[in-house]
Amino acid sequence: MVNEWTGFKGGHYETEIDVRDFIKQNYTPYYGDESFLEGPTDATNFLWNKLKELQVAERKKGGVLDMEEHVVSGLTAYKASYLYPEDKTLEKVVGLQTDKPLKRAFMPYGGIKMAEQSLETYGYHLDENLKEIFTKYHKTHNQGVFDVYTPEMKRARHSHIITGLPDTYGRGRIVGDYRRIALYGIDYLIEKKQEDLLNLSNELMDEETIRLREEVADQIKSLKELKVMAADYGYDISKPAKNAHEAIQWLYFGYLGAIKTQNGAAMSVGRISTFLDIYIERDLKNGTLTEKEAQELIDHLVMKFRMVKFARIPSYNELFSGDPVWATLSIAGMGIDGRSLVTKTDFRFLHTLENMGPSPEPNLTVLYSPNLPEAFKKYASKISIDTSSIQYENDEVMRPVWKDDYSICCCVSATETGKEMQFFGARANLAKCLLYAINGGVDEADFKQVGPKYRPITSEYLNYDEVIEKFDAMMDWLAGLYVNTLNLIHYMHDKYYYEAFEMALIDTHVRRTFATGIAGFSHVVDSLSAIKYAKVKTIRNEQGIVIDYQTEGDFPRYGNDDDRADEIAVWLLKTFMSKIAKHHTYRNSEPTTSILTITSNVVYGKATGALPDGRKAKEPLSPGANPAYGAEKSGLLASLNSVAKLPYEYALDGISNTQTISPDALGHNKKERVNTLVSLLDGYFTKGAHHLNVNVFGTEKLIDAMEHPEKEEYQNFTIRVSGYAVKFIDLTKEQQLDVISRTCHKKM
Amino acid sequence: MEGRISQIETFGSVDGPGIRFVIFTQGCKFRCKYCHNPETWNLNGGELVSSDELLNKALRYKAYWGKEGGITVSGGEPLLQIDFLIDLFKKAKNLGINTCLDTSGGPFSLDKNYLVKFDELLKYTDLILLDIKHINDQKHIDLTGKTNKNILELAKYLDSKNIPVWIRHVLVPTITDYDEYLIELRKFIDTLSNVKKVEVLPYHNLQIIKYNDLKIKYPLEDVDIPTEERIENAKKILGAN
Repeated sequence: MVNEWTGFKGGHYETEIDVRDFIKQNYTPYYGDESFLEGPTDATNFLWNKLKELQVAERKKGGVLDMEEHVVSGLTAYKASYLYPEDKTLEKVVGLQTDKPLKRAFMPYGGIKMAEQSLETYGYHLDENLKEIFTKYHKTHNQGVFDVYTPEMKRARHSHIITGLPDTYGRGRIVGDYRRIALYGIDYLIEKKQEDLLNLSNELMDEETIRLREEVADQIKSLKELKVMAADYGYDISKPAKNAHEAIQWLYFGYLGAIKTQNGAAMSVGRISTFLDIYIERDLKNGTLTEKEAQELIDHLVMKFRMVKFARIPSYNELFSGDPVWATLSIAGMGIDGRSLVTKTDFRFLHTLENMGPSPEPNLTVLYSPNLPEAFKKYASKISIDTSSIQYENDEVMRPVWKDDYSICCCVSATETGKEMQFFGARANLAKCLLYAINGGVDEADFKQVGPKYRPITSEYLNYDEVIEKFDAMMDWLAGLYVNTLNLIHYMHDKYYYEAFEMALIDTHVRRTFATGIAGFSHVVDSLSAIKYAKVKTIRNEQGIVIDYQTEGDFPRYGNDDDRADEIAVWLLKTFMSKIAKHHTYRNSEPTTSILTITSNVVYGKATGALPDGRKAKEPLSPGANPAYGAEKSGLLASLNSVAKLPYEYALDGISNTQTISPDALGHNKKERVNTLVSLLDGYFTKGAHHLNVNVFGTEKLIDAMEHPEKEEYQNFTIRVSGYAVKFIDLTKEQQLDVISRTCHKKM
Repeated sequence: MEGRISQIETFGSVDGPGIRFVIFTQGCKFRCKYCHNPETWNLNGGELVSSDELLNKALRYKAYWGKEGGITVSGGEPLLQIDFLIDLFKKAKNLGINTCLDTSGGPFSLDKNYLVKFDELLKYTDLILLDIKHINDQKHIDLTGKTNKNILELAKYLDSKNIPVWIRHVLVPTITDYDEYLIELRKFIDTLSNVKKVEVLPYHNLQIIKYNDLKIKYPLEDVDIPTEERIENAKKILGAN
């Protein structure tokens, strides 16, 4: 056995890269409560206060503290840098993206135009030489995509029926298995990749093989470069980590490598708690680490995740408000062997929200099962109630699909750690698609022919069967165009902005998923229900294009546990997914879909006309799979039951649901509230639902925060929106109002 | 059997133990000045819904109830529909559902015929949330329009039958929030041995919107919500947890 592994139980991981096996052989499940946890050390308090000062300064400067104008970001673009360079010993976990904390790197490969625009937006100027290099001599992803877009794709993109596409930003969603660096050291990983490269020598040199060979060669280079980067910080990561401190540092260097080379829309950390706990437990047993020190390591690691920054353009910020990076960190879950994967370190990660207060990043995700230890469920609920910073995802529905070592790679989507990567594909706006079906492919906003010129509906009142037939045909068109558009985007991303470093930490023969998405879900369901169960009259302009609807009579709405509406919801999901699955997806990836729209529901809504369900033109769409605002009449659980009916196996990329509950509606006191939330989560996930964001506060607090963002208490006031958390004061006013108007569950 | 129902709340977490499916019945003869649900006053309003339909609905939420939860019937005044309540709770118990009755006790009487029915209801009732609006009879009349005599009798009757009860009391500045009344209420509670819990419900004024919608003048417009200090004081005096 390798020296650094002394004290560990052996296993398959010794002969092949298999982090999961290492965990299974060595972890210690924890069934106790939180009483063992320690508060922050002086160093933690000091550093966290430093960081808070920087965050305040950043906000004062309009959201960006500093930006790079002259250096192209890369693994070794900068010398070792520190949060508090005056005393480097304070930081137990080191490594910054650039030469200064919160300074945003220059990352041109996704698109030089965007890189320049993001600089200009905040009053910085791109180095002329760099601009010339990346326009004249080196093509970028964005340029590649726009070179090959068809006119039809451009029209659909412009009208926002396909929307939020990763053609102006990095696709993200690839989670390197950063644990591998700690467990094996870089040299072994290089050795293994070299073996893979060699194994690819005797194949037919077709395009696929040549490309993979080039990719693996790039991966090896990046692993070597990471070693250089770490050496500058004084660490030799060629060999496995010897102790918890090194394991955490090695692992963080891996993550740092990812965020130095990629500015993807989601840069997730993965699933690291159970893994790290093994190292901490060993040190605690050896007497080389105390609980206080263990917590400090976790606090400092999390502090680093709270510092991740990227240069973004205004249109990106409109889509993904609040400067998120989705440094998603998944904890808990159950093993396939029936043992809980909760360790003391899962508690320690949650405890960072107490030691350093609430924070949107890392995007803390509890992989929930009713079978998790009761004490852990209660502690997570308590932290939810205190900080609104946690999201929950149903381990019981994900484990059968992704096994028990998956990570959440974006806001809510699962991926098998180290085995898989994802082609992120934003959304098709199905609400708009319904309107196109009615108007024969003519856009309801600018009256241009965007979709195919099918026969429009000409009757005054809408007939359900006729609408469904036309909607079905229009979805066929949309699904095909959407998949093709994504095929082309990901081809170019691979070509010009390949994630060599992250992919170096994933198996060479990788499984790929192709993640499409649906926007406007609840509005389509309610609109179809209105057409079926009430009378919907069309209101047309002079050209005969339907621009508004009058709905007479009542109709069942999605969100009331009413099967009449919920059956339409299930039909919609299944139908759209099956249409997506008919098409060829890039690199033989497996198509999936999602119902999650993040804060982009506001932007998507702006581009969508009035709908038969009563939603007015330009109003925000409901986020994710949430029922429409005001639709539900019999309380939170009815709403949850409706969402829980959506079959996860048809939306493997995730079904997000965000609920805000006033503390009073959870119970009279803390103990009651914790118990209620646990029962709520147990129930919802027993019903087979996938995801839940839980916010616990009253509307009054939101309104006060909107009106008084300067108050100290709101500086890190975090709320969950679909799939991620944001500081409420960082949202645009429009989004703040949208959040406030969404149902706050409060009983009279 | 059918009952007159005003509304359903699938997520009741403050009306009995655990998460509860709360059925708000229609009709009440009290006119409490701070009433949160004035839309339930009309005895002929609401919708007629059968007990079977209600229970089928309720069972859709069983997964959320855990060990403690179940159904609660609130109102309105549920006891105005005692035959329906008996039918509903009897069927619920057959289905293994925990039952809880939230009442102000208005319709209760020691009349023999009434007690036959009431005793039948108690057979299927796991817990009663008894709202004592005011301990002082005159003040009770001022607040609700009715006497509290039969309500205090109800409390004693439940005690004699050893039925578990939670006493609930709304704390309203200028009406119930006086130490003397709170102490008097506590003294009364001390005479009972079946009280498992006392809950202080701080008065709030969110219901004003409903009054505006119903175009009813809200009688307590000038009354503020109680301060944290007074809430703590009431909890202390009443021994609420």
